[in-house]
Amino acid sequence: MTRETAAAMAAALADGTTTSVALTQAHLDRIAAVDGAVHAFLHVDAEGALAAAARSDERRAEGAVASPLDGVPIAVKDVLATEGLPTTCGSRILEGWIPPYDATVVTRLRAAGLPILGKTNMDEFAMGSSTEHSAYGPTHNPWDLDRIPGGSGGGSAAAVAAFEAPLALGTDTGGSIRQPGAVTGTVGVKPTYGGVSRYGLVAMANSLDQVGPVTRTVLDSALLHELIGGHDPRDSTSVDAPLPDLVGAARRGAEGDMSGVRIGVITELGGDGWQPGVMARFQESLDLLVAAGAEVVEVSCPSFVHALATYYLIMPCEASSNLAKFDAMRYGLRVLPEGVDSPSAEDVMRATRDAGFGDEVKRRIILGTYALSSGYYDAYYGKAQKVRTLIQRDFDAAFGKVDVLVSPTAPTTAFRLGEKLDDPLAMYLNDLATIPANLAGVPGISVPSGLADEDGLPAGFQVLAPALADDRLYRVGAALEAGLTEKWGGPLLAQAPDLSGES
Amino acid sequence: MPEITRDEVAHLATLARIDLDDAELDHLAPQLSVILESVASIAGAAGDDVPATSHPLPLTNVFRDDVVVPGLTAEQALSGAPAQEQQRFAVPRILGDEQ
Repeated sequence: MTRETAAAMAAALADGTTTSVALTQAHLDRIAAVDGAVHAFLHVDAEGALAAAARSDERRAEGAVASPLDGVPIAVKDVLATEGLPTTCGSRILEGWIPPYDATVVTRLRAAGLPILGKTNMDEFAMGSSTEHSAYGPTHNPWDLDRIPGGSGGGSAAAVAAFEAPLALGTDTGGSIRQPGAVTGTVGVKPTYGGVSRYGLVAMANSLDQVGPVTRTVLDSALLHELIGGHDPRDSTSVDAPLPDLVGAARRGAEGDMSGVRIGVITELGGDGWQPGVMARFQESLDLLVAAGAEVVEVSCPSFVHALATYYLIMPCEASSNLAKFDAMRYGLRVLPEGVDSPSAEDVMRATRDAGFGDEVKRRIILGTYALSSGYYDAYYGKAQKVRTLIQRDFDAAFGKVDVLVSPTAPTTAFRLGEKLDDPLAMYLNDLATIPANLAGVPGISVPSGLADEDGLPAGFQVLAPALADDRLYRVGAALEAGLTEKWGGPLLAQAPDLSGES
Repeated sequence: MPEITRDEVAHLATLARIDLDDAELDHLAPQLSVILESVASIAGAAGDDVPATSHPLPLTNVFRDDVVVPGLTAEQALSGAPAQEQQRFAVPRILGDEQ
């Protein structure tokens, strides 16, 4: 039962072949069987999930179903506030913190009747591309337990890939939904900036962060996106406009007709230095879309070569100011400095932030503090904001010629745990292809493109669309998924190791 | 080429209110220099006539009607406090020796 799509689970609930309690229990059993090896979850709420499932079954019995996904369980990234459930952001500084409120997306999940299985592992404060920066130990890639599941949302992607949850929420600041999707053979969507509420999302970089779906199929992402998306007065950057018809776009795409769709291949994202197996799967996907009737052209976005540098200035600047709120006064960790009589609040703050933050968080806070300090502000932050404008202009020009832009989601397949842990620059390169979308606020999806020949590990195909045109992601993504699934004779994850010997 | 010295990192750590010990300073300073070197490439990427973008989508201020909605209770707000006293956050002394 856990291997079905969320849409199929919803259908089984609707026709009475299963109950939400049975479905939720099956996932809890699967978590118990495999999460010791995968470590996708930081916290599992069996009791709460089963209680929510029982309420869902009661609603259904009364004919009062709350949403199309009522009763289908979900996992939530630990960066989203959940009332009554621990929320650590993968950091020691929030160990044991139980938020007194729900993030808006969590409120919407609860209102829609989705039992919350638990909270998923992540790089500390979403800073990283491997989940190795979690203070609670890394998550392992279900395809090869010695490898990274991507990051920062490696826990959500691995949970879905390992059939521990049919759906999960992630957040994407520079690729933290899409890159884990690519390396675990799952689907991940970063909606248009402002398309999904950020209220209750513990911010890393406010102008870049976005909550989105993590699933095994494009249609499941569309179903979840429609539940969590839409205007929220509690988020001042929330877009006050209705969402496009995402589920309809996914269904239409799955019919496989791409005629009239213009696809632009981004010259700057691919080629030399990219893993040959990743590029081969990308080309194959492209050929499939052409065969389905799409028109493909190459589009140059010259400023994209500066996207990584721009991101690694803007993001630390925003992160360093955001994380200033962890001051040991109102919530979270408080550590008293050793050997200091009657320490001041500032002494306590310094000791707490040293003990509570890990290496990568410290690196980014120091970098952001540097780039924002007087004398450097114009050269770094100011300059990066100008380049951000150029990147947006590249997108505007490209979308004047094509409907969607495409690239491989990440330059390589999953690397080994520990391989890049203490080499920040090598780690940052994973986000090369995903970052431009965050800088411009446009939506993006990663769809599995197959297994790279050299290592047999999953690669991802990224589709980017203009702001507010998220429906195009679903149409093109679903068409590609339909074509590839037919070619493979089943979903890619059917080829993943079983992990437990049970299904 | 930009370089952050160990002393500068120590100063930045003070500004950021993080106690970094000697080993951390030794470790961080060269890493930060490498990162800064890699981002220096943007120096010539945009001309002075290019406007800065602080936000991905154009934003205008929004107003709402001034309606009272429930917020957190004092108990909820204090639920995560490291220390509390008389329905307040209890904090260490705020003034330093020099004040």
